[in-house]
Amino acid sequence: MVKEIPVVYLQTAACSGCAVTLLNAASPTIKNVLIDQLAPGVHINLRFHPVIMAAAGGMAIQAMEDTAREKKGGYVLVVDGAVSMATDAIYGAVGERNGQPVTMLERVTELARDALAVIAIGTCASFGGISAAAPNPTNAQPVRKVLEAKGIKKPLVNIPGCPPHPDWFVGTVASIILNGLPKAEDLDDLLRPKAFYGKLIHENCPRRASFDEGKFAKKFGDEGCLYELGCKGPITYADCPLRRWNSGTNWVIGAGAPCNGCTQPEFPDEASPFYEKLVDVALPTIGAYWAGKEEKK
Amino acid sequence: MGKIVIDPVTRIEGHLKIEAIVENGVVRDVRATGNLFRGLEIMLRGRDPRDAQIITQRICGVCPQSHGIAATLNLDSAFGIADKIPDNARIIRNLIQGAHIAQDHILHFYHLAALDYVNVADVAKYEGNDSQLNSVKDFISRGALGPFLPRYEGDYRLPKEVNQQAVAHYVKALEIRRIGHEAVSIFGGKIPHGVGVVPGGVTSVPTVDNIMAYIWKIKILQDFIDNVYIPDVLAVAGAYPDYASIGVGCKNLLSYGSFDLDGKSADYTTRSRLFQQGTVSADLKIAPLDASKITEQVRHSWYEDATSNLHPSHGETRPQYGKPGAYSWTKAPRYDGQVYEVGPLARVAVTYAKGDPKIKEMVEGSLKKLKAKPTALFSVMGRHLARALSAKFIADSLEGWALQLKPGEPAYVPYELPDEATGMGITEAARGALGHWVEIKGRKIANYQAVVPTTWNISPMDDKGQHGPVEQALIGTKVKDEKNPFEIVRIIRSFDPCLACAIHVVTPKGRELGQFRVA
Repeated sequence: MVKEIPVVYLQTAACSGCAVTLLNAASPTIKNVLIDQLAPGVHINLRFHPVIMAAAGGMAIQAMEDTAREKKGGYVLVVDGAVSMATDAIYGAVGERNGQPVTMLERVTELARDALAVIAIGTCASFGGISAAAPNPTNAQPVRKVLEAKGIKKPLVNIPGCPPHPDWFVGTVASIILNGLPKAEDLDDLLRPKAFYGKLIHENCPRRASFDEGKFAKKFGDEGCLYELGCKGPITYADCPLRRWNSGTNWVIGAGAPCNGCTQPEFPDEASPFYEKLVDVALPTIGAYWAGKEEKK
Repeated sequence: MGKIVIDPVTRIEGHLKIEAIVENGVVRDVRATGNLFRGLEIMLRGRDPRDAQIITQRICGVCPQSHGIAATLNLDSAFGIADKIPDNARIIRNLIQGAHIAQDHILHFYHLAALDYVNVADVAKYEGNDSQLNSVKDFISRGALGPFLPRYEGDYRLPKEVNQQAVAHYVKALEIRRIGHEAVSIFGGKIPHGVGVVPGGVTSVPTVDNIMAYIWKIKILQDFIDNVYIPDVLAVAGAYPDYASIGVGCKNLLSYGSFDLDGKSADYTTRSRLFQQGTVSADLKIAPLDASKITEQVRHSWYEDATSNLHPSHGETRPQYGKPGAYSWTKAPRYDGQVYEVGPLARVAVTYAKGDPKIKEMVEGSLKKLKAKPTALFSVMGRHLARALSAKFIADSLEGWALQLKPGEPAYVPYELPDEATGMGITEAARGALGHWVEIKGRKIANYQAVVPTTWNISPMDDKGQHGPVEQALIGTKVKDEKNPFEIVRIIRSFDPCLACAIHVVTPKGRELGQFRVA
């Protein structure tokens, strides 16, 4: 008997980049995740996902609402996007009820209340992200704020990134299947899994040696550390340098571009201007031990 | 007559609702409502202009790279360097955008549109030894069929074996489009939301190994486009011949052109491009592109009337929800005051009308196979065919461009950030004409406007009450089975809109005759 884990994937104020990044999952592939048994005897039953599901309209909303009713307390809610908490939340709706649009705020509240756990995918859902950028005209807020405001106490995991690497999401789901919901010590204070967000970009960057040596790129295409071109690697937690993107093909700094800090709550307002140097931060240098020593040569 | 509520229409991007009034089985009136306002143009004010290419990519995670290109062309023009971009950078931008659009077209046909035509349930009867198909069969036999069920029932016309093969192609296409994204990341760092394209050029440098890695990923895409994608589109078109005359639309087509073939001219409306610039109408006669004829009208949109009919270079975004007579967050872009459709059909038709020999051969060859006339291009199947040919035209150009790269030569030119400037960047996203306009004051963004393809296509009525392209394509459509309104969703999806969507079909007086649900 295969155990079915119902999942509702709700899109709120976002750009669909998170949905597309999940299609890029390489091993397991998105087909393995949705069609096959992700782990022996366990299948992810994606009941609602507006970008890929066959159903449309009332039929699609029915699938969402049926899941919440029939699988009460047993389904995982994935929220992709920030949620407008403007006075009457007029800026975003998902489907209708009795001829009236149902706001994204109402949807998240209802679905989170009856969920087993909530996963916020992307920086918008995790921290507000681009959707909440100043002057935040729609009062867009992250899922955590919505749950707090509505008094909903559900296990919440944030998978930030604009978009996140597909492995960060798939790995978190796999971990839940194999080991149960994450324990407090598995997450950092921003509710990110430490397995993926435990170290700074700067700690694992292949250009780190250039930073330590004070060799900085002055314009794009130059060799050297991208710090002076605006790299936010020194303040950004993610394993991009080791995992690399798009099936391990490349990554941001691999293409000679500065990290823009997209997994951080600071993204985008405090992480920008993106092409201006961070204010100086005190960082240890890898080469400090050898500084001034004769043995170096 | 009946009120059919389909809310939302899925397998498109974003949040859209459409109300269609049906009388005696024919769509009489339509209203398209963009259901999400994020206000990115408001957020851009006061920021460092260079950040526009990072922030505007987040307008759409499906075609971020095209926004990155439009923003960058816009900033190049504002910074006075539009004609100084090194060839290496021009080519790498084309390689990034080209691989991205080719994979996007594959994604649209297989993962967004195909389920309207292909009966996945036929895989339950599969008896061969294709391991992928058997895993899908196994999935079906377990009974938890999300995300493939529920769905509309009825009008699935392909034979069992073709359905089974199409499902195998659906699975294969997931892999192929992922490889397309890998090709993008070779020069773009990562995708979605790439980092490689910046004002002044690109951040990466060409090397022999990344050129070769790119070429061989593209060959995988070309093989799939030639031997799977185009044949599948022709097979679907052959089985659904009525869709060569359903969803005709406004018959005015607009292309900004894309993929710069040289960078010597600073004028994007006339520089040499693979897909060419211009407009064509029903007679397929070409007219040159004049960007000053573009305006955005808001009489039926939730924005202040005082901001209507402005050129995007001094456009304004001032929300006014609940404005009487308005029904959408989407503005209504118009060209010379007229309604224009944008997208692969528009750029293929414009380039065809301009006499490009390769496009001519591709279009005429496909029409011959379908025994159809060029007028059949104005239809649901015409859009799908044009999208597939767009993918081929682009993919077939990429290897040659990659081989023109010169390792060791620059791919970036430094510039000074101006105190005051204005700019325009126009290109073709996967879904059609994409324009960005900027005004810079005190080295900050004073105003930024993006007019995106789906805004053209799903635009509400304009100041003169003219319906937008999708609205026009729906009006007059016969709906055979109001409980399974395939015609409506097939028309909408043929435009590949970047908005999740709801459809309402109401009687002329808005009287509700019962909501429909399909088990």
